[in-house]
Amino acid sequence: MAGHSTYQPQNAIAKWLERRLPIISMMHGQAVAFPTPRNLNYFWTFGAIAMFMLITMILTGIVLVMHYTPHTSLAFNSVEHIMRDVNYGWLIRNLHQNGASLFFIAVYMHILRGLYFGSYKEPREVLWILGVLIFLLMMATAFMGYVLPWGQMSFWGATVITNLFSAFPIVGDPVVSWLWGGFSVDNPTLNRFFALHYLLPFMILGVVVLHIWALHVSGNGNPTGVEVKSEQDTLPFHPYYTIKDLFAVAVFFIFFLIFVFYMPMFFNHPDNNIEANPLVTPAHIVPEWYFLPFYAILRAVPDKLGGVLAMFGAIAVMFILPWLDTSKIRSMTYRPIAKVFFWLFVVACVALGYLGAAPAEGLYVVFSRIFMAIYFGYFVFLFVIGLVEKPKPLPNSITESVLS
Amino acid sequence: MFTQTKSRVRTFLAAATLAIGAVAAATPALASGDVVHIERQKWSFSGAFGTYDKAQLQRGFKVYKEVCSACHGMGLVSFRNLVQSGGPEFSEAQVKALIKEAGYETLDGPNDQGEMFKRPSRLSDRLPSPFPNPEAARAANNGAYPPDFSMIAKARAVAGSYPGSFLVDGLTLYAEHGPDYIYNLITGYKDAPKGHECADGLNYNDKFLSGTCIAMAAPISDDQVTYEDGSKQTVDQYARDVSAFLNWAAEPKLNERKQIGFLTLLFLTVLAGLLYLTTRKLWSGIKH
Ligand code: HEC
Ligand code: HEM
Repeated sequence: MAGHSTYQPQNAIAKWLERRLPIISMMHGQAVAFPTPRNLNYFWTFGAIAMFMLITMILTGIVLVMHYTPHTSLAFNSVEHIMRDVNYGWLIRNLHQNGASLFFIAVYMHILRGLYFGSYKEPREVLWILGVLIFLLMMATAFMGYVLPWGQMSFWGATVITNLFSAFPIVGDPVVSWLWGGFSVDNPTLNRFFALHYLLPFMILGVVVLHIWALHVSGNGNPTGVEVKSEQDTLPFHPYYTIKDLFAVAVFFIFFLIFVFYMPMFFNHPDNNIEANPLVTPAHIVPEWYFLPFYAILRAVPDKLGGVLAMFGAIAVMFILPWLDTSKIRSMTYRPIAKVFFWLFVVACVALGYLGAAPAEGLYVVFSRIFMAIYFGYFVFLFVIGLVEKPKPLPNSITESVLS
Repeated sequence: MFTQTKSRVRTFLAAATLAIGAVAAATPALASGDVVHIERQKWSFSGAFGTYDKAQLQRGFKVYKEVCSACHGMGLVSFRNLVQSGGPEFSEAQVKALIKEAGYETLDGPNDQGEMFKRPSRLSDRLPSPFPNPEAARAANNGAYPPDFSMIAKARAVAGSYPGSFLVDGLTLYAEHGPDYIYNLITGYKDAPKGHECADGLNYNDKFLSGTCIAMAAPISDDQVTYEDGSKQTVDQYARDVSAFLNWAAEPKLNERKQIGFLTLLFLTVLAGLLYLTTRKLWSGIKH
């Protein structure tokens, strides 16, 4: 692990520590000297951005918990207490609430980068799978976090989504009341969601450590998809990428804070400013935007169980993607036909996001089915095209490609 | 080969755009049943530098107190909030006089006899609600519930009426859908067109979000509330002022938020600029 380090402990304390726990030389090897391809573009900064977002979420979340009350009769007002009475509570809450959305934007960009440049391929399969796991944990965390302020969408969103499990034969209903801790979404549900919402981010942090470990075993990919061949192809991580990443993080935070300070309700549903009321069903129950593509897939299938399976399948397929894509060429830059389908896939994701917010009726459902077919079709296509396509010639090395 | 793929890329992108366009175009046609058209208004507190107009909030409070508070509570707002900066900014003496004059009382207790009792409200108390509970509110209003006003401006933010309008709102920092709605609703009462008459006890208003018949009768008419600062005493002006006031009730930290926001973004922009220059310097002469 510390193999890249050129670090020599200088003073007595560092030498003492080095013999007992070589943590400084390990950090030096991982975050300073680490050889990084010289040709990474700005799509490679979203990992660092996501890391900063995770830390922001954990810090603001811990402060929120100091003032929040997880009880159905008090939760809504305790969040308003944070907004109105706690010193800078509005800032902490707006950061946390909008942070969730911006975190997802960063992670979606990160995933799309992976899909375009084939980051999931040999030797990075485990790295990719850990990423999909992080994504799943994030979805669970965000879903349960959205329930905590106990607004109308919190309550009804939780009711609709937990009810999905009732689609499974025999075990369905018992599972749902087990999740609820009763016969409807109620105080026991809120309490367990709160406990899990506090726990999962730290599990995410743990998986992120594994993710970075795996990254530092295989090394970064790069836009050419040609692996690093010699030292010439690389630069030390610090200062080249530390500074570049920090620049990207600063720009992203400007984008993030524009929402926090000027449009704190932009991503939120107005109904969530109404306290949960089990007797009044909102006209349209919509999940947060980052779930919409999956929600559209759920509703595109006429059968409830089929819909649930398709929705989970849309994520599950990501786990086996490294083996579905039969091409050895990583970067879409050299796969002219596959590239077209990649963009079609992106279009389908955006369109599904749009359709997920529309009512599930008429033409909307027809379009949802078409785009769902494209979504899943992309993975089938990757399997087939890899066997027959004729890629463009690859550069011999990273250095050759940057010099040309 | 290369140009051929490029044109194929373009064909596919065009096809995709068309597909999305078709979906988007189908939207209003499909959903036209429940699209309410809300006219956007000018607000002193919109945009990056907008702040509340103190005089307007004071007028809005007067309208609320003299008219709307007969039916609508404001349970999350305290008397002391009326004094705080970034709000109507009454003086403490003014609010105390107002409590006395209006006879605001708060339920307290139990006392040493074990009984609950009413006492004059203090600055730290919440604004008292007109009804002890939602059931009483319904009973007094033909079964309809006059919603609490603490959050109404945030709870009724109607998005634009065309698909993708949220993108335009985002680019223009537009976040005033809530007060727009309240203004439109209060000024939106008119005679029902033929065939759209409302049942007894309901009133025609095509700005109402949940149908065209609302249980609240037109709550205010011209010259009903006396303004001391010479502002016009029209329904239009009342509606504007009370909407601004309700936005403050829902977003009491707006002034502070935008002020801190500006300084923070200024700082971050400078920081990003310096980091950009550092990055450029560092990478100059390195092929990448
Ligand atoms: C006589 C009682 C009464 C008064 C006075 C009154 N309202 Fe209402 N208001 C109601 C009732 C009842 C409803 C519920 C209407 C419904 O759901 O159909 C309501 C609903 C509302 C709504 C919510 C509409 C929606 O989208 O659900 C707003 C906004 C509102 N009133 C504003 C005002 C304003 C501003 C004033 C003062 C100028 C005012 N009201 C005065 C009884 C009243
Ligand atoms: C992976 C990181 C996290 C994500 C994606 C996330 C997401 C969310 C979301 C979407 C909400 C609802 C916001 C709203 O509607 O107001 C929320 C609320 C909340 N979260 Fe988190 N969260 C994360 C981490 C944390 C952590 C680490 C804590 C505490 C240790 C925490 C504590 C809370 C609390 C107390 C609330 C309720 C208060 C509120 O609604 O503003 N969160 N979270």
